[in-house]
Amino acid sequence: MLAYTLKRLFAGVITVWFIATATFIAMHQVPGDPLMNDKAVSAEIRANLEAKYGLDKPVTEQYFIFLNNMLHGDFGISFTQQNRKVNDIIRDHFPISATLGLLAIFFAATGGVLWGALTAIYRNRLPDIVIMFLVILGISVPSFVFAALGQLFLVNLNGLFGRSIIPVAGWGTIWHMLMPSLVLGLGTMALLTRLMRSSMLEVVNEDYIKTARAKGLSPTRIFFKHQLRNAILPVITVLGPQIAAITTGGFVVELVFAIPGLGRYFVQAVQQLDYTVIMGTTVFYGAFLVLMVIIVDILYGFIDPRVRLS
Amino acid sequence: MSLFQPTAIDFEPLARQEKTEQITRPSLSYWQDAWVRLKKNTRAIISLGIIILLGVFTLIGPLLWAVNPALQNLNQVSQAPAWAKSAIVIAPYQSWDGIQLDHYTSPDQAASTLPAPTGFSTADTPTTQSVRLSWDPVPGADGYNVYRNNRAPRDFNDLGLPLGSTYGDELSYEDRLSLEPREYYYSLVPTDGYDEYEVYSQITLTPALALTPDEAVERGLITDPYDVNIGDSLTIEFHPLGTDYLGRDMLARLMEGARVSLFIGIVAPFLFVLVGIIYGGFAGYFGGRVDGLLMRFAEFVVALPFLLFMILFKIAFGIGPGESGIMPMLLALVLLSWPSTARLVRGQVLQIREEGYIEAAKLLGAKDHYLVLRHIIPNTMGVILVTLTFAVPAAIFTEAFLSFIGMGVAPPTPSWGSMCNEGVKTMLSHPHELIFPAVLISITVLAFNLLGDGLTEALDSKMRSRD
Repeated sequence: MLAYTLKRLFAGVITVWFIATATFIAMHQVPGDPLMNDKAVSAEIRANLEAKYGLDKPVTEQYFIFLNNMLHGDFGISFTQQNRKVNDIIRDHFPISATLGLLAIFFAATGGVLWGALTAIYRNRLPDIVIMFLVILGISVPSFVFAALGQLFLVNLNGLFGRSIIPVAGWGTIWHMLMPSLVLGLGTMALLTRLMRSSMLEVVNEDYIKTARAKGLSPTRIFFKHQLRNAILPVITVLGPQIAAITTGGFVVELVFAIPGLGRYFVQAVQQLDYTVIMGTTVFYGAFLVLMVIIVDILYGFIDPRVRLS
Repeated sequence: MSLFQPTAIDFEPLARQEKTEQITRPSLSYWQDAWVRLKKNTRAIISLGIIILLGVFTLIGPLLWAVNPALQNLNQVSQAPAWAKSAIVIAPYQSWDGIQLDHYTSPDQAASTLPAPTGFSTADTPTTQSVRLSWDPVPGADGYNVYRNNRAPRDFNDLGLPLGSTYGDELSYEDRLSLEPREYYYSLVPTDGYDEYEVYSQITLTPALALTPDEAVERGLITDPYDVNIGDSLTIEFHPLGTDYLGRDMLARLMEGARVSLFIGIVAPFLFVLVGIIYGGFAGYFGGRVDGLLMRFAEFVVALPFLLFMILFKIAFGIGPGESGIMPMLLALVLLSWPSTARLVRGQVLQIREEGYIEAAKLLGAKDHYLVLRHIIPNTMGVILVTLTFAVPAAIFTEAFLSFIGMGVAPPTPSWGSMCNEGVKTMLSHPHELIFPAVLISITVLAFNLLGDGLTEALDSKMRSRD
């Protein structure tokens, strides 16, 4: 297990280096530069600014400086927000995005497993048909439509009571987080429900379920101990990549619900060509996602003993 | 219990029945069989029909509905969907003195309560040019407030937009504030000059769409203002699905947007699946070190945070002034999406390589290119087709996503995603601007998803053996 973890971590470091390099190359392909946004400056001032931010050095040297700084966990200073460190931006706004994302994953995973198991039990009966219809809807409707509908629902809810029961936008309390994370998790929930359903149906026909039934175990015990536990494995496998999808998918939800997450800063930075913020947030996000996938994989090893043995 | 007693007949040879050995039904190829299976799946066939209809909508629609999607008309901003519409011709605006009481004295002392005003009605035919309201004096009131709401007010605190206040001797109000031919709820509240009494009376009216002859000329409906008489009705430009916030025709924009969305949604998957097939096929066929190296690189690409790099690559390829930015998006999608197909194809190829029929073909002296073309590619086609079908909705979603956060196609080029972005801002007052593009995205994605499900069932050999 330890050797496996170390191997995965090492591969993860290489992956993060690849992400950093790709970001650096992409960034230097972008036409224009962050200093261009300012009012017309004289050549001297421009040269000074370039020297200050190290833009006058050759690209290869810039690359190694960038890598060196990354290694020390220093993402530099923002070009457009004066004297604001990228580390500070990440520290202030990433926890918000992460909370939103994790809450969404929580909703998606519990909902997906629950609905999936339910549909499998009631196969081809009314609950199954209703839930699967909703699942198809969840997969086919873009998240920004759900976000808009969710907001509309909250507006009407608050209007019905004549006061603000659940805030429509913004961030702060648990009530602010409820609707955005639900909306964000909806697509993944639909996906996981489908996966859980087919996985449950496959497990039902396994020999060990027949054995358990023949032994005379109670249906509830078979359901929880044998069926659910085995059927949940494929769901956990896709959870890693889905975390990635959800955290970046948060952009839209953050936009609609006016949540001060990192996504908004990234989009803003791209519009202003703020090199350091773009590179910092991309590499940070990339590293976070790689770490998440590794954690899920290791977790998987704990749940499924077959992985541990191999 | 009697023993079997063979007689002479039992030793007679049976008549040879050659027919039983014959296969009477024509044999079906893999694809014919899949098609038969798919046809049984009603949902998949309906989806296929919808996809074909969408194609017609995109390709032939603009020929039938030849309205310029970029044409702005600020006289018809955010019009609701409607069929043939006409407007009445009215005289140019003339100011209105209103109704004034001649001998009016303010009440000496403010009353604590007042009855609701009576006689609240229109003084003239309400048109989109002006709505003129009048009412009877409320004894004891020293002024009135007029409100307008787009929906029925729930209570006193929900009367809507405060239009204006009048003094106690003014018993009329003229509303000329961006009137639309829709239902309005006007409310009248008496005041003591400053504060309102909590009573109101209300009328509901729908102003008629009206144009002056000069306005009609301006909009190109007629050439000469003397061609029409006051009171005539004129057919105005009509927009079956309404207009957007700049007065552009929604139907034409949806068709134009479909071109962008479906182009990216279909061409990008085709390209990256092609890249994936070549890459994955190469890796799977050669195996060994080449395979390890190629797949390691594919893993790196998979690890890139997708949306972030979509945005990065998109701006890295740059768009010049006046360009729509479709190509950079297409390129970015292909660059980031190929590894999943490559992995899949590689797995398939590795599996097929070990199959008995490949071995047999090799023994019979089949050459490499024959094996690849005749056996390996046709046998991976099923999986690839399914991947392709599921890749289309994913690509449409990505485009919509990026356009929604303002990182997609550049205006004025419409795409369904950017139309949603514009529509969501006026969701409450003009829902049609959001509903149409959102429904189109959903239907398209739904159709491709259901078709993909049907194809998986029709092509999956595991399913095949089950029935």
